[in-house]
Amino acid sequence: MREKYPLLQIMDQEGKWLDESKREVLSEEKVKQFYYHMLRIRTYDQKGVALQRQGRIGTYVPFAGQEAAQVGSALALGNEDWMFPTYRDHGASLTFGADLDRMLLHWNGRIEGCLPSREKKIMPASIPIATHLPHATGVAMAEEYKGTRNAAIAYFGDGATSEGDFHEGINIASVFKAPVVFFNQNNGYAISLPVEKQMNSETIVQKSAAYGIPGIRVDGMDAFAVYFAVSEALERARTGKGPTLIEAVTMRFGAHTTADDPSKYRDQDEINRIRDEVDPLLRMEKHMKYRGIWKPAWRGSLEAGIQEELETAIKCMETYEQPDVSAMFDHVFAEPTWTIEKQKQHILSMGGSS
Amino acid sequence: MALSKVANKQEVQVRAQELTMIQAINDGLKTMLEKDAKVLLLGEDIGKNGGVFRATDGLQNKFGEKRVIDTPLSEAGFVGAAVGMALNGLKPVVEIQFLGFVYPAFEQIATHVTRMRTRTLGYYSMPMVIRAPYGAGVRSPEIHSDSVEALFVHLPGIKVVCPSTPYDAKGLLIASIADPDPVLFLEPMRLYRGKRQEVPAHDYRIELGKGEIILQGEDVTIFAWGAMMPIAMEAAELMKEERISCEVIDLRTLYPLDKAIIADSVQKTGRVVIIHEGHETGGVGSEIVSVIMETSFLYLRAPIEKVTGFDVPVPLFALEHAYLPTTERVTEAIQKVYSF
Repeated sequence: MREKYPLLQIMDQEGKWLDESKREVLSEEKVKQFYYHMLRIRTYDQKGVALQRQGRIGTYVPFAGQEAAQVGSALALGNEDWMFPTYRDHGASLTFGADLDRMLLHWNGRIEGCLPSREKKIMPASIPIATHLPHATGVAMAEEYKGTRNAAIAYFGDGATSEGDFHEGINIASVFKAPVVFFNQNNGYAISLPVEKQMNSETIVQKSAAYGIPGIRVDGMDAFAVYFAVSEALERARTGKGPTLIEAVTMRFGAHTTADDPSKYRDQDEINRIRDEVDPLLRMEKHMKYRGIWKPAWRGSLEAGIQEELETAIKCMETYEQPDVSAMFDHVFAEPTWTIEKQKQHILSMGGSS
Repeated sequence: MALSKVANKQEVQVRAQELTMIQAINDGLKTMLEKDAKVLLLGEDIGKNGGVFRATDGLQNKFGEKRVIDTPLSEAGFVGAAVGMALNGLKPVVEIQFLGFVYPAFEQIATHVTRMRTRTLGYYSMPMVIRAPYGAGVRSPEIHSDSVEALFVHLPGIKVVCPSTPYDAKGLLIASIADPDPVLFLEPMRLYRGKRQEVPAHDYRIELGKGEIILQGEDVTIFAWGAMMPIAMEAAELMKEERISCEVIDLRTLYPLDKAIIADSVQKTGRVVIIHEGHETGGVGSEIVSVIMETSFLYLRAPIEKVTGFDVPVPLFALEHAYLPTTERVTEAIQKVYSF
């Protein structure tokens, strides 16, 4: 199966071209854009873990290792496309245009953090595994019904491929040729379960054959390769050719969440040993050096800007107005039912939450 | 003035038809498909086949495959797809072939359909109707006869509606499709081809959350809905012979319950019998009791009686009549509360 679906790569681990035909598209400006977003979400991710450790936010879900997959895919999307992320795809959401302040609010237990971006159609992260794949299919069918060229992308992990909704979402999309991209990040683990115990298939991408749709297996540590794979799938979607399944082979460097201890189920020292070799940011840096477009001062200024942006967002999160108890009741229905109104008035008469 | 009134009445009569409930539902769907291009139907065998009960008969021919969609056999998948369509501004009406087949879609309903408005503070809503025939008494195979409305009444974020007549079926269905929030629309399959009734051809709506007094009475209030309404009416008729005057109320919407109609009637009669074919424990009847305790405790003249399905899986059809509330069980309950 690995021969049938060869791993798509644009650059090797040393950042050197494997497919130089893409050089023109990947201009200096474009490459810098990739690097900026990867550095931005890496910095954000490290900050997220730190904030949790300091007790300033709740449980946090780190994605370090998956920056190339998330940035490469998000940068391929058009402004009017729909994004359906999971709880580990906030890197992709931020890259596509999710608001940083709202993202932090989400990790701080605030419903305001689920609000879609002010600019883009980014859905709140789906917590129940694979349940959002049929949503992406339905949104895409509606775009087709309206006669637009817009598409949807659904993100999901290796564990999600064992869920019924994975099958149902892709099957329906394939039957109706819905303009949707199913973007899998195979990071090797579903919490503690290694992918070898998740499935008996050699690859995830081979499952595309069962639905009669194209599949692309791509090096998920190569942001360029991911970008081209997703771009190709989106083009197919926009031209009425239906869905594509993409497997981005990647790694989760850290824990499942800040509440998880990965040393219980894998050799974390081994991960840390190979980390630098496979790190998608370092690979991009090597690539830029190889092309002679790397400037340490440029990186320094990027980092300073990102830190400032983060500090502003953290301040915004920490000084955000206190949650209003009424809000819990006011959006269940367009008009509250009498039971909800009664419950709301009762708790408010007791002084709200305190 | 008088003449024009007569003319209007005649016109309405010409246009109104005598329909069964299944025809009235078909008519309601057709009315909304004609009225609003955002409305589309999804489900198993609803297109070419017109639905296993023919609720959607002829609609695919009239409105095309893009609006009346035959889906793969995939309840979670097409309820999930309907979530996506609703996110994208459409108004999907989904048919679950039998309520007992809703379970694969339960996760979609519990984690997304009912929560989208809350999760996005109203930025996105779920104007979706999930239609499902429910109930026992028609010799269906196993699992086809469930009546689990209570599971959905318990879930915050979805309304639950259940008509008992052709007229109400069309009016409630149109109101459900027009509602900005998700509605589970339960169709008593036992009444699908029962009594015909005059159903106007035009668009009319029955407000959700409102019950109706079907029979005025003084001594005992009977609450029922859907397929239990004929049983309630039959029992009330029989009680006339014993000079017990029953008030029969069709609740029509199970969430939110019509608190006023419940309280007003109980405060008049002081005696209550609740009928439903769903299981007793945690059933909607218990919730009605709770509303009565809250509003009318001091008016009660006897403990409330419930006549319900038992706390057992709905049996195969050889025993379904033993499971279902019967007129005999209802009259026994009426006599019990009356003579307390």
